[in-house]
Amino acid sequence: MTDTNDNQDPSRRDFLYITTAVFGATGAASVAWPLIDQLNPSASVSALSSIEADISSIPEGGSMKVAWRGKPIFIRRRTKEEIELAEREDSLNLPHPEKDLDRVINKEWLVVVGVCTHLGCVPIADSGDFGGWFCPCHGSHYDISGRIRKGPAPTNLEIPPYEFVSENIIKIG
Amino acid sequence: MNHDYQYTPKNGFSKWLDKRLPLMRFADENLLSFPTPKNLNYFYTFGFILTMCLVTQIITGIVLAMHYVPNTSLAFDSIEHIMRDVNYGWLIRYMHSNGASMFFLAVFIHMFRGLYYGSYKEPREIIWILGVVIFLLMIITGFMGYVLPWGQMSFWGATVITNLVATIPVIGEPVLTLLLGGYSVDNPTLNRFFSLHYLLPFVIFGVVILHIWALHVTGNNNPTGIEVKDDKDTISFHPYYTVKDLFAYVVFLLMFCYFIFYNPNILGHPDNYIEADPMLTPAHIVPEWYLLPFYAILRAVPDKLMGVLLMFGSIVVLFFLPWLDTMKVKSARYRPLYKIFFLFFVIFCLLLGYLGAKPPEGIYLLLSRVSTIYYFAFFLVIMPILSRIEKPSPMPIGISNPAINNTSDSDGGVSGTPSYAMDSK
Repeated sequence: MTDTNDNQDPSRRDFLYITTAVFGATGAASVAWPLIDQLNPSASVSALSSIEADISSIPEGGSMKVAWRGKPIFIRRRTKEEIELAEREDSLNLPHPEKDLDRVINKEWLVVVGVCTHLGCVPIADSGDFGGWFCPCHGSHYDISGRIRKGPAPTNLEIPPYEFVSENIIKIG
Repeated sequence: MNHDYQYTPKNGFSKWLDKRLPLMRFADENLLSFPTPKNLNYFYTFGFILTMCLVTQIITGIVLAMHYVPNTSLAFDSIEHIMRDVNYGWLIRYMHSNGASMFFLAVFIHMFRGLYYGSYKEPREIIWILGVVIFLLMIITGFMGYVLPWGQMSFWGATVITNLVATIPVIGEPVLTLLLGGYSVDNPTLNRFFSLHYLLPFVIFGVVILHIWALHVTGNNNPTGIEVKDDKDTISFHPYYTVKDLFAYVVFLLMFCYFIFYNPNILGHPDNYIEADPMLTPAHIVPEWYLLPFYAILRAVPDKLMGVLLMFGSIVVLFFLPWLDTMKVKSARYRPLYKIFFLFFVIFCLLLGYLGAKPPEGIYLLLSRVSTIYYFAFFLVIMPILSRIEKPSPMPIGISNPAINNTSDSDGGVSGTPSYAMDSK
């Protein structure tokens, strides 16, 4: 193995070692990748990543919970007062500053992922100190724009990608 | 140690076998004649008890897997099927679920024992590190096992704990999706947790073999922390410690049986008898009791990422123990200051366990923070400082010689000519 015992050109031998090692590593990686990637969402899970919700039945001040990718989505039809409150509070010193207008497509409808940004619990509607949601697990309070106001959660409730297909249908995902 | 002792095959067959596969020799040297310090107390029986816990979990687990279905639409019902329909299914499941609690109870005592008598110190660092690896594997296995019944606590516990991964900057989200096999805890998650929950106990078994192997290289520590000097200090493992271990195990089993037969659900949470509902979070998410101290540390920190780091740090710090506590005297018996700080450490650990089950507000939050600070200070501040300043109390010359060692040498392995005039056994 060592070049003290043979008179072969060491650089030629090194080349063979390195080539073998590189081929071996590439082969191992190409076998390892399928074993890792199989853990990722399968085609059937990914296929469910878009849903449509009929919002015609929600009264003003009411809300609806739909499931998207296994997570609840809160769709809330906000009252005039609630919209005004959310916009007035834009100017406050918020933990995660975002304007209410940037969080909605249509001011009347707030669509958020109903998963606390702390550790993933589902917050309870119409509770907490700020008229929005309250997470029972570790005590995060969200306002009527889904913004974090108090508690351990680091960010505002996430806004899913969505669009209004028609006046009464929202497509999420 | 018994240097002159040799295993000698007695009959023709064992002679024949010994030349080909020295299995009997191995068993004899490691289980029967293994020289063990003669002064081990009952805290030293937990190694055997833990082995029996692992065996119990593996046997009952294999049997449960014959009836359990790892599918979100069937898992909860299959648990009820085990409880109501399968012959003795209730017994086997209660053995398994309470067995996990007993396993953790025993491992906590085992670890506190090691901490008190300095069993992690030179030359036993590897034994300790392998033990921490086993503990970590136990936590992962226990957590995954708790998800399988697919009750509300299973689901929401899994959601909260897997979401810890998402706090890692940049790679957190993709890694979380990879772990869950979807965008939330769902059927792919349950399936892989079942697969890994079945695998990991065998990995634990492998590490246990390494743990015992390392133990049999250095030999046991003992309550004095003074190293064994010759065979006057030791007795053979069998029959002395086989009997002592078995007796302790029987007492342990009595307590185990109390839980199985008289209070099988006291250590669990009633919400886990409600089927998992991804749309509804229970008012209070609490992990199993044995994870509560770590959960309390997680919640004591106002910053999410820091909380996660401290929670994992509380176990990682254990790996460095042999180099944080450099005091040569091993046993707390001869460390008057360490003994007091150790006592407070135990109290704060128990307190953290209590606080983990309480809402993180007011006095509970304050106490969680104080306890968390003490937990880390004990390892990172108190241990290194004590190693420098503490003056050990007078120590005996050896395990068999209670005469006080007057040399200033505070090392466990005392040199000089020991006298056995006062040998008690």
